[in-house]
Amino acid sequence: MAIYSTNEFKSGLKIMLDGDPYAVVENEFVKPGKGQAFNRVKVRNLKTGRVIERTFKSGDTVEGADVVDIELQYLYNDGEYWHFMDPQSFEQITADATAMGDSAKWLKEEAICQVTLWNGVPLSVAPPNFVIMTIVETDPGLRGDTSGGGGKPATLETGAVVRVPLFVQSGEVIKIDTRTGEYASRVKE
Amino acid sequence: MAPPTPLPILRLRAELLARTRAFFAARDVLEVETPMLSAAATTDPHLASFATQYSGPGSCHGQPFYLHTSPEFPMKRLLAAGSGCIYQIARVFRDGEAGRRHNPEFTLLEWYRVGFDHHQLMAEAAELASVLLADRVPLAKPEWRSYRELFTPLGLDPHRVTVAGLAACAERCGVPVPPGMPLEDTDPWLDLLLTHCIEPHLGQGRLCFVYDYPASQAALARLRPGDPPVGERFELYLNGIELANGFHELGDAVEQRRRFEAENAVRRAQGLPVMPIDENLLAALETGLPDCAGVALGFDRLVMLAAGRNSLAEVLAFPFEQA
Repeated sequence: MAIYSTNEFKSGLKIMLDGDPYAVVENEFVKPGKGQAFNRVKVRNLKTGRVIERTFKSGDTVEGADVVDIELQYLYNDGEYWHFMDPQSFEQITADATAMGDSAKWLKEEAICQVTLWNGVPLSVAPPNFVIMTIVETDPGLRGDTSGGGGKPATLETGAVVRVPLFVQSGEVIKIDTRTGEYASRVKE
Repeated sequence: MAPPTPLPILRLRAELLARTRAFFAARDVLEVETPMLSAAATTDPHLASFATQYSGPGSCHGQPFYLHTSPEFPMKRLLAAGSGCIYQIARVFRDGEAGRRHNPEFTLLEWYRVGFDHHQLMAEAAELASVLLADRVPLAKPEWRSYRELFTPLGLDPHRVTVAGLAACAERCGVPVPPGMPLEDTDPWLDLLLTHCIEPHLGQGRLCFVYDYPASQAALARLRPGDPPVGERFELYLNGIELANGFHELGDAVEQRRRFEAENAVRRAQGLPVMPIDENLLAALETGLPDCAGVALGFDRLVMLAAGRNSLAEVLAFPFEQA
């Protein structure tokens, strides 16, 4: 794996610390008038998402982390693992519940996801920014209400629950922004 | 095309340069210019000089030359030759230093006062900073703190503490300790605590002078015997930013040579290039440096503070990335 000097530190660089993969978030060069220079960095643990601070002597080196982002197609869930396929190579890759996090509830078969691999194993899975899903259950709303003011919960085909305007009914197809988990619009079939 | 830095900031810089020159003219301090390019260079292991080559009359095979990291050595040669008080506004170069508060090429205002000690020079530096900043940055009365006092809130004496004591303090303060910190040398540990816990709070809304450094950090300052002996060196901070470094200047040629050689030994041990010692400076010290104090002030940082900006890139016509 690559070795990086602190001089190569920049936002997004993937490095290994204490056996875990991290991404550099912020890098600041500090140096007292006549003395040792340091790089103060904020790094995000790519497994837990937690941001911590670290300091290096300027010019020191750290091991790079073999972390890549690729687009994979979601195939199915076998009850324990989620299975994906590289649409170019047809290679199949499985992700566990930790890597899936909250993303599982937004995935329908064939969805193209952004998967972060560490040493070839999924670390995290990001669903498409917008997904289209059918509502399987929601309370009947008031006819004529078009304001979308209060809203009501609606259960989607994957089991995810989102708030929808009162006028949206069971069986309708809607678009959701997965980054906020919010209803975006109705979709005409 | 508009320059990346707005014209009012360039005008501010010009105004501050003009005020600086007026300040020294009124005090009979002579403006000088000395070479940027020298066959000798600083031996300080924490400073990296840009190296280049001269080929031409007098040197057909290319002779190594270094861009100065400060104009200190030739200015001291002028002092030894009887120049009297002098100042210089010099462009200097330091390899490896780039960030919000560092540009590899920057402007140093450096001046020397014959007959001053470091306390008198601190007082003058405070006057100059006030003249340059007064109408733009509200300044309370300056404060003066010894290097030792800086560490009192952390519960340690920097002159006597051990590496183990510093490591425990770093842990207590939640400072992330870099890998590979030395087990014998306390200075990098003091630098770690200084940069992480102390500097950001120094001189909030006022000039803060820090003086009397550990002998191991005296650099080019003379030592004052005592228990412990201290380097008669000072630094100036404003709003957590280091603005200047000064010395009650070392005039002892033998001691100066010993320090250069000790620094080169550290360079050798760390695998850094060993630098050619400035024999011209040592010869000048042998003929006699008048008792004097000198200080170098980071002019771009001062412009940055005067302009109320947060990074050097905002006050340079063209920062390094666009140079």
